[in-house]
Amino acid sequence: MLQSYDPNGFFDEMASARGQLRPHYEKFARLFNELTPAEFDEKRRAVDLAFLRQGITFNVYGDKEGTERIFPFDLIPRIIPAKEWEYIERGLIQRITALNLFLHDLYHGQKIVKDGVVPPYYILSGKHFRREFVNFEVPKDIYIHICGTDLIRGGDGTWMVLEDNGRTPSGVSYVLENRRALKRSFPGMFEAIGVRPVDQYPQELLKMLQHIAPAGVMDPTVVLLTPGAHNSAYFEHTYLARQMGIEIVEGRDLVVRDARVSMRTTKGLQPVHVIYRRVDDDFLDPTVFRRDSMLGVPGLIHAYRSGNVSLANSIGTGIADDKVMYHFVPKMIKYYLGQDPILPNVPTYLASEESDRKYIVENLDKLVVKAANESGGYGMLMGPRSTKAEQDQFREAVLKDPRNYIAQPMISLSTHPTHVGDGRFEGRHVDLRPFVLYGEKPVIVPGGLTRVALRKGSLVVNSSQGGGSKDTWVLYGDE
Amino acid sequence: MLSRVVNSLYWMSRYIERAENTARIVDTTLQLLLDSRHLDDAQLTAHWMPIIQATGDENLFARLYPKATGHAVTEFLVFHPENPNSIFTSVAQARENARMVRDQITSEIWEELNRLYLFLNSGKARELWDDSPFDFLQQVKASSLQLVGIAYATVIHNEGWHFMQAGKFLERADQTTRILDVRHASLPVKGAPTTVSQTDALEWSAVLRSCSAWDAYKDIHGGDVSPVKVAEFLLLSENFPRSVRFCVEELDHSLRNISGVPARRFSNDAEKLSGRLLAELEFGTVDEVFAHGLHDYLDLLQLKLGNVGAAMFNAYIFQPFVSMEDEILVQQEFQQQQ
Repeated sequence: MLQSYDPNGFFDEMASARGQLRPHYEKFARLFNELTPAEFDEKRRAVDLAFLRQGITFNVYGDKEGTERIFPFDLIPRIIPAKEWEYIERGLIQRITALNLFLHDLYHGQKIVKDGVVPPYYILSGKHFRREFVNFEVPKDIYIHICGTDLIRGGDGTWMVLEDNGRTPSGVSYVLENRRALKRSFPGMFEAIGVRPVDQYPQELLKMLQHIAPAGVMDPTVVLLTPGAHNSAYFEHTYLARQMGIEIVEGRDLVVRDARVSMRTTKGLQPVHVIYRRVDDDFLDPTVFRRDSMLGVPGLIHAYRSGNVSLANSIGTGIADDKVMYHFVPKMIKYYLGQDPILPNVPTYLASEESDRKYIVENLDKLVVKAANESGGYGMLMGPRSTKAEQDQFREAVLKDPRNYIAQPMISLSTHPTHVGDGRFEGRHVDLRPFVLYGEKPVIVPGGLTRVALRKGSLVVNSSQGGGSKDTWVLYGDE
Repeated sequence: MLSRVVNSLYWMSRYIERAENTARIVDTTLQLLLDSRHLDDAQLTAHWMPIIQATGDENLFARLYPKATGHAVTEFLVFHPENPNSIFTSVAQARENARMVRDQITSEIWEELNRLYLFLNSGKARELWDDSPFDFLQQVKASSLQLVGIAYATVIHNEGWHFMQAGKFLERADQTTRILDVRHASLPVKGAPTTVSQTDALEWSAVLRSCSAWDAYKDIHGGDVSPVKVAEFLLLSENFPRSVRFCVEELDHSLRNISGVPARRFSNDAEKLSGRLLAELEFGTVDEVFAHGLHDYLDLLQLKLGNVGAAMFNAYIFQPFVSMEDEILVQQEFQQQQ
């Protein structure tokens, strides 16, 4: 079925030109082409049905018609050869190491600012910089324990970092479920092709969470704090809690007494030592952050400051997610590690810098403009595909609040053969979100979540905007 | 276990049982109507209205529909999303509770419950209902019974399981009293009826069928269907799994498993109330029930069952929860002391 696939001039993951497969796809294509379109269709239906039945769904905000949808899944896996993965892994570890050093420095002494590498203005104006936590010691000096870095490939196939998601990145449950779905669909392929497993993730996550337990706690109780059943990632929260064998709690399940956190159980209050929180800083504790938060636990921050409970990720990591700060990450790598960045950034213009701003407003039709603190594909202008009115709207916004905007050239993401109906396959743009765990040492489960923009020509891969996902195979070898 | 989780398990189980019992009531009433042809509107209303009254939703019904026609009542009981006790709403509620504790239930339970929910939400459900209401109701009942079996065979029989059991049997006991109450209009307010007409006998057989009790009853009493014997069977039978006594015994058993307190002792109000109710049912007689008046007795029974539920909530779920505002105050006061 893949014989006639044509990459149409884009950098394609599978084919270097029409009919020319890259070596690491050859085994897969050979096995896959043995399927008839009818067999393929049957497998596809079975997977969709299984996802719906198991409730592997996400919630769409502001959608009145039944809030749950399945995250569309494309059966053709994205394949990464061993050598390439080894390079990505080195790049990601370098990056998270630098980011954690940066955050520690930022909340202790701010040497990087004093040495003039990052201008103080950008830190102090950062929406997610938590002054309250300056000089606060986080367990084991780790700030970002779980990072979901978004990687893309440009027109020549170069890997680039698009953003670092160091707050509460989601998507890892799909990595695990997509793999299960493909194992059911193509049971014979895994051994024949040599695909590295991913299902150790929950154990690695739990090990990391236990590693950061408060000092002196021998057998820590770890819980996952969720905003609740209406959160878009609720499926993932329950999934991970179940896989790790820990309780999933909501704010109202926890209570703080004497600066210690406990959960309310049928047998009374039971102590909690480590919280894998999937709730943003702002909502964690209404006595400290947003007073109107109904999701939080009053007194939690006091318990945290008293060293009686650990949080992952730590409070205050949001400043590293700021898209302005992103611009400085290559400089951080150089500053803290004395190395050149392994994975490059996408070139970024800061609207706060006068010359950059001038360039941005004059080239709105060529650039992608992003709000510095939004995620999920919201607050973004895709210049070349925008209307004049949208450009005017962004011009005004950029000029009014330059600190909050950055711009990047439009990168034509790499494509990947994707089923588009009736047994036909066309190239659709993809990205990759690997999940980095930073505990005793950094651990990355091979691969990550490959998101695919299912709409023809679209470059937006977010699930809320018509994105789907694929299983990602990292091979033991190079072909 | 977390109090919130236990609460969800309990309600998931109750709502599944509720959906099944509503299906049972609708099913039997429809079957009964097949036997009695040539009913005029008033007679039809007389048939259907007690069912609405039994679920305690007559005000809501009156607001939604002008007349208690068969179509209106079945629509109200089966599909109406505003009726908190309709089959549709019960299943949706059961599923919503299950969704809150996805990580605590087995995937087999989730998949079956989700399948039932998706079915009720689909056009297929409506088609099947229009085509053959009996097949439709059979599907709901079968799914509920399947869930009972799945839960029994896949869930570890721990604390959470006993909360599910408690919810199921509390709901079933309550529903049995409601089904039994449906024909109370044909009875004297106090005392047992002196004569039983053929229509009465048919109607009381329908009550038995609603509870899947027809075969079991027949084995004991033969074809002799009298209100007194039916009430005795559905209230006081020691072995029949839908009788109130049986359900309360299971409820009591689960409560004692939750706390570890032996029979004839209690550690909280829920155990005290369920133990007392169980003793009443074990040592009570059907003559006392009718001397009291069946309808009043059933009302009282529903109240007592409700009290057990409330006491459970107080003992296990509603641990000193305070409002967010009060809790913030407590924290601020505490943090000032250091």
